[in-house]
Amino acid sequence: MATTDTDIERYSYDVVVIGAGGSGLRAAIEARARGLKTAIISKSLFGKAHTVMAEGGAAAAMGNVNPNDNWQVHFRDTMRGGKFLNNPRMAELHAKEAPDRVWELEAWGALFDRTKDGKISQRNFGGHEYPRLAHVGDRTGLEMIRTLQQRVVALQQQDSYEFGDPEARIRVFAETTVTRLLKSTDGRIAGAFGYIRDTGKFVLFEAPTVVLATGGIGRTFKVTSNSWEYSGDGHALALLAGAKLMNMEFVQFHPTGMVWPPSVRGILVTESVRGDGGVLRNSEGKRFMFDYVPDVFRAQYAETEEEADRWYTDPDHNRRPPELLPRDEVARSINSEIKAGRGTPHGGVYLDIASRRSPEYILTRLPSMHHQFKELADVDITKEPMEIGPTCHYVMGGVEVDPDTAAASVPGLFAAGEVSGGMHGSNRLGGNSLSDLLVFGKRAGDGAADYIESLGGSAPAIVTDDVDVAVAEALAPLQRAEGESPYAVHAELQQRMNDLVGLIRREDQVKEALADLEKFKARAATVAVPGERAYNPGWHYSLDLRNMLLVAECVAMAALERQESRGGHTRDDYQEMSPEWRKVNLILSLHGDKIDMVHQPIPPLRADLLDLFEISELKKYMTKEELTGHRQAAELEEGH
Amino acid sequence: MGYLAKLRVWRGDAGSGELKDYKVEVNEGEVVLDVLHRLQATQASDLAIRWNCKAGKCGSCSMEINGMPRLGCMTRMSTFTEDETLTITPVRTFPVIRDLVTDVSFNYAKARQIPSFSPDPSIKPGEFRMQQEDVNRSQEFRKCIECFLCQNVCHVIRDHEENKESFAGPRFLMRIAELEMHPADEADRRDIAQDDFGLGFCNITKCCTDVCPEHIKITDNALIPMKERVAGRKYDPLVWLGSKISMRPKAKGTPAVPGKR
Repeated sequence: MATTDTDIERYSYDVVVIGAGGSGLRAAIEARARGLKTAIISKSLFGKAHTVMAEGGAAAAMGNVNPNDNWQVHFRDTMRGGKFLNNPRMAELHAKEAPDRVWELEAWGALFDRTKDGKISQRNFGGHEYPRLAHVGDRTGLEMIRTLQQRVVALQQQDSYEFGDPEARIRVFAETTVTRLLKSTDGRIAGAFGYIRDTGKFVLFEAPTVVLATGGIGRTFKVTSNSWEYSGDGHALALLAGAKLMNMEFVQFHPTGMVWPPSVRGILVTESVRGDGGVLRNSEGKRFMFDYVPDVFRAQYAETEEEADRWYTDPDHNRRPPELLPRDEVARSINSEIKAGRGTPHGGVYLDIASRRSPEYILTRLPSMHHQFKELADVDITKEPMEIGPTCHYVMGGVEVDPDTAAASVPGLFAAGEVSGGMHGSNRLGGNSLSDLLVFGKRAGDGAADYIESLGGSAPAIVTDDVDVAVAEALAPLQRAEGESPYAVHAELQQRMNDLVGLIRREDQVKEALADLEKFKARAATVAVPGERAYNPGWHYSLDLRNMLLVAECVAMAALERQESRGGHTRDDYQEMSPEWRKVNLILSLHGDKIDMVHQPIPPLRADLLDLFEISELKKYMTKEELTGHRQAAELEEGH
Repeated sequence: MGYLAKLRVWRGDAGSGELKDYKVEVNEGEVVLDVLHRLQATQASDLAIRWNCKAGKCGSCSMEINGMPRLGCMTRMSTFTEDETLTITPVRTFPVIRDLVTDVSFNYAKARQIPSFSPDPSIKPGEFRMQQEDVNRSQEFRKCIECFLCQNVCHVIRDHEENKESFAGPRFLMRIAELEMHPADEADRRDIAQDDFGLGFCNITKCCTDVCPEHIKITDNALIPMKERVAGRKYDPLVWLGSKISMRPKAKGTPAVPGKR
């Protein structure tokens, strides 16, 4: 296809879901169940979305392994993990609805690992008080994506029987990328514009609702567990459409990524290794996590190796091993050990399960990890420890949404899963992502359906000029005769973000990053890509750059602004957690070329949710005024 | 440590193409996909490659390396000598889109023909009870990452375009086996496995099992047991007699094949 061809394929749908991972597919299934004509836009082939890489499991308080578990306990764990910055309504809905969403998968054919009495088995994970993660070995994400994919196929088969057309009401547009959302003159969502990878052709979807389910931003950082798709597309599309992002400073660095060989640096090593008995040791052989239990968690974590080891078999009478602290704590501790010169030869620390569990146990519980290390690093994890270090894994920040409907501030726009913000506060617990995708994917599908009903048949119309602008923007890199390669700009961006806005941040460094980003933006505006339109990765990269740069700027701006350390935001120059900062969400929006940032008060914790915690715990996080409604408020006055 | 690898990479589209020679730097521990990415970044920005996770979990980067169907992300450069020329071509069974990317829509069409999971509708979500030993068999098949290397290598369709209509390929015959062995599934797909999806074409050469990056025993654990189940149904004299004298409802629980009937 010629680089000047502006032909556009046109489609009309009720709901356009951008993203075909867990949240996108769950949203589409719900929209279709509500009788709506639904398109699923998949950046990759159907069934390859980043969800396949999730390993550990889906957290849901089913109480199959420990009957003491319930939604209140899950809610508490989630709030603690997020250092109480979570949107409490989202954390509540998530904890309440996750079991139903997991059980539903089973009714669609998922085969989770079982307990002895035939129920879904649940495993331990960092920050979860009880065994809570429904899992399939260490490939739970694959099971989830395949189940949802096969559910979509089942719905298509129903349409095939009923209408003779499997795509009558739900269609997957594989290898298709959206570059712009389109709005009506009165500011409502009216459609989406993009290109089809195979042919390079442009495609236009006219639709009154768009559900963003595009995942995260990890590709902005050099060392990451994320795939190439994670270029912050949904975050950027939302900003460009006038929606708001929140809490973008909170980026999760997973404590255990591979560190050697260099080509696999960043690939995820599942937290299940620790949940199933693996421990972290430094170069001196010491289990160093006992030295890093922060005050707010001291009551829940073991102080000796003996107690920690007893916990695996007798969790009711012993406290948890500190290796199972929330991810932000473990990542920072590993970083400190390496900085203190107690790291491994390749700049990580040791994760050891070989000396603690039998080879048979390891092979049953962690088959993917065994395979991954054997194939990629020549390490047999049943015999030797792994070398691991922090890797960029997840962004807690995202599109600001209404908790119940997943609606963004732009009418007709919805967001679910990693691209949305609020649910996980400043740090996500392992296992809470897969359940988040299901709970809020379904809610986004419902939200879109309710919104369409409220329109009463009137469809917002796209503005033709906007389509012309989108076409010109997409063609620009192909039409430049000379310019830099997008690969070079991207590689430098990743390195700078890693070095300057990574796990540990400092004012001067973040400022340096923001200055660099201005230069990268100028360079990105002049990249040129040779070749045709059909399946041209250089072209795709050049278009993704816009999104990565926007997202990187949001992360850096918010990281500079928040003068405290909390969850996935650690400031070397402001190391304490501040109750005053806890009350603030940083909200970002785009005006012209400029990103604006405002402080917005966080929603208060409802009295009944507040009362789920002991006041002695809450006062570590909150100001006295926030606790006046608590059932134990009198204790504060007595000076306890 | 680093050296220059000699690569011959197939470049072209559905119309025409050729092998092109490149020399690309290789560093310690790298896999073929790393080297192709470096080729993209430094010499051929428009080289089409399909990839996602680079960790052997998504099954996107299927290609043929020196004629062997492999995942680019799980093939270490250290398995080749430094002076060896690596010939990298797209998978052969599916039509080329561009360079190393092929049109694998055949697989998605077949997936859509296999009647879906059919549980007892009276069992509510949350009420399923299954023992681990009963789910083990289907769980093995659900490890499949849909790289379609088994489909690519299977001689029934590798050089026989004419068989594609009537043969679903190892991946989807395994999907049928998975549903047949699923403890909560109630449908009977034995007849259609043979009649609509071409189980009989398979003559158990195990090529599919050999190339499976997940080491699923496709032939031994899925295809052969399915053949036995089909034979049991088709050739069991009592079943045959029953069907002749209408003692048993014919093909009870056999679902229609979507798009075919």
